[in-house]
Amino acid sequence: MSTNLDTIRDLAQQEYKWGFITDIEEERIPKGLDEDVIRLISTKKQEPEFMLEWRLRAYRHWAALEKSQAEPKWANVMYPAIDYQNMVYYSAPKQKPRLESLDQLDPEILRTYEKLGIPLQEQKMLAGVAVDAVFDSVSVATTFKGKLAELGIIFCSFSEAVRNHPELVKKYLGSVVPYTDNFFAALNAAVFSDGSFVYVPKGVRCPMELSTYFRINAAETGQFERTLIVADEGASVSYLEGCTAPIRDENQLHAAVVELVALDNSQIKYSTVQNWYPGDKQGKGGIYNFVTKRGKCAGVNSKISWTQVETGSAITWKYPSCILQGDNSVGEFYSVALTNNYQQADTGTKMIHIGKNTRSTIVAKGISAGHGQNTYRGQVKILKGATGARNYTQCDSLLIGDKCGAHTFPYIEVRNSSARMEHEASTSKIGEDQMFYLRQRGLKAEDAVSMIVNGFCKRVFRELPMEFAVEAQKLLSVSLEGSVG
Amino acid sequence: MSLLEIKNLHVSVDNHEILKGIDLAVNAGEVHSIMGPNGSGKSTLAQVLARREAYEVTAGEILYNGKDLLAMKAEDAACEGVFLAFQYPVEIPGIGNAYFMRSALNAIRKYHGLDEMDAMDFLPLFREKLKLLEMDEKLLNRSVNEGFSGGEKKRNEILQMALLEPKLAVLDETDSGLDIDALRIVAKGVNTLRGPERAMIVVTHYQRLLNYIVPDFVHVLVNGRIVRSGGPELALELEETGYAVPA
Repeated sequence: MSTNLDTIRDLAQQEYKWGFITDIEEERIPKGLDEDVIRLISTKKQEPEFMLEWRLRAYRHWAALEKSQAEPKWANVMYPAIDYQNMVYYSAPKQKPRLESLDQLDPEILRTYEKLGIPLQEQKMLAGVAVDAVFDSVSVATTFKGKLAELGIIFCSFSEAVRNHPELVKKYLGSVVPYTDNFFAALNAAVFSDGSFVYVPKGVRCPMELSTYFRINAAETGQFERTLIVADEGASVSYLEGCTAPIRDENQLHAAVVELVALDNSQIKYSTVQNWYPGDKQGKGGIYNFVTKRGKCAGVNSKISWTQVETGSAITWKYPSCILQGDNSVGEFYSVALTNNYQQADTGTKMIHIGKNTRSTIVAKGISAGHGQNTYRGQVKILKGATGARNYTQCDSLLIGDKCGAHTFPYIEVRNSSARMEHEASTSKIGEDQMFYLRQRGLKAEDAVSMIVNGFCKRVFRELPMEFAVEAQKLLSVSLEGSVG
Repeated sequence: MSLLEIKNLHVSVDNHEILKGIDLAVNAGEVHSIMGPNGSGKSTLAQVLARREAYEVTAGEILYNGKDLLAMKAEDAACEGVFLAFQYPVEIPGIGNAYFMRSALNAIRKYHGLDEMDAMDFLPLFREKLKLLEMDEKLLNRSVNEGFSGGEKKRNEILQMALLEPKLAVLDETDSGLDIDALRIVAKGVNTLRGPERAMIVVTHYQRLLNYIVPDFVHVLVNGRIVRSGGPELALELEETGYAVPA
């Protein structure tokens, strides 16, 4: 027993040593962005030539875009102009003080941790307090690393993948989200600091959920993460991306890219619980979460499923999408987006049907409270060759109070007459009637709101792995606190 | 001391006076029926007893169990044992009926310092009450009132009453929308709950319900005032003569 524990501890310690925190803290570069900065990043990461070339091409593309039209303006969000030369591209713009103990932490954050039921060790980890004991998730993740390797599954940081598996990276990097895709994708490609890499070989079912949970602290340095997941023929994998506690991140812009590639008969399930710092009650501060996530069902009978619970960030701009290229491939998008106080979210998905008999399902639930603005933006595109394609879209908005807003922009483009499309949409308000009914049965007002909201989101929560679903429910309750009088 | 004492109650909605001085005393063990035409203020009285905030009490007082009911929030009144069977029960999509009722029961238990009941203990209790109201087990996990027929919704209200075992139950037009079979079942449920510890106020338009739930007292509410009170025979008389107030 104790040997086991020691092993876990050792392994975890090892992982911690490889971790991003210490490295990056020491390696900071001055503000601003130019080709020299790109070269510097690439050198520091000891990248092969092809990576540098790719970064440089991306940078040139981005620089041209920045000059001509700057960032995209079509999203239904408002924010002051971002000065891209006033940022640090390899580290946090501001060094976070290393806390000695939790006593030095903002009590409000501590209170939230307690509400979320995060164990003490995890609290320390999340807050960036030096942890001497082993953090559970770290040890678990690391312990299983050996087992994963036995199955031929590669699960490592992006930097490691670039160094150790360049052929895979070269083959798939940018194959779903090319750097020319959009402004933020170009910026990410040029400067991305790290992220995760997963490769599941032919016929292998990954026996456990893979999680970035243990890398949460990387967020304090990596505004530009990049994740690439490849499921080879007949493989399957479930990946969790989560931050289950608000991180008071001083980085303003968070522009990540996630690419998924599913080959013949493979499945990828990608679940996110996003809870970056949303800014204060007056709308000051918070993260701009401008993320490009896309999966390609490249092979026949492949399936990609996105599930997201978005409760954090000042602005969320995110459209996890599926390119359904293989015949009979399936794309799914399940989303809960909550905006409270002055948060803004413009989120949704794109389902691009290319192959025959491709199917997609979209279930989007938007909750607006306070002065929050919530936009669903979705595109379903059936191309000419996509005979027998089907889509079902359900898009519901829930309003709490009378100062918030819900907006829906569905785009549907059908070029094959055999397609079947269904679209359902609703907007409702948490009614005084519902509240009174629940309170008359003895439930407190806050619990009543929480119950109504959770009921509203149930269809999406059902798609989350069990533990995540429980966390998501708690998170919603915490995020909604104070939204009813 | 009565369980419920309403004294000179005046209630307005949007500056329009609905109740114009109600006096009513209800003892534990009694069933009172309040009858009256549309718009007389019956439902307003029911909602005020359940502490709906949209109603403004401009004068008078309500003592419940010796406590000031008007000082209580809806959830506190509920936890103190006031139950309203709604005329129009609302739907709560995505929340299972059994889960909802267990949450309510536990909220009340917690208020009284009792341990919460877990799903394993709750289920047999819930099943027993379902049987009493001749309700289908499939209603266990259907969302609260969602897709329920009018009759099922009303039965679901009485089911909650049976589970929560209130001290004062107010039934707001529970008979409306019920066919004769459903009416019989609902009445059976209500009658089972009659007891020396419990008082009931049955609000209705029609005498029909009172054939099944025989009240101890009948009050006639017209234009915000109780104009007549009497025994169960008064309901029968009203059926003949209508609510016309003797001049």
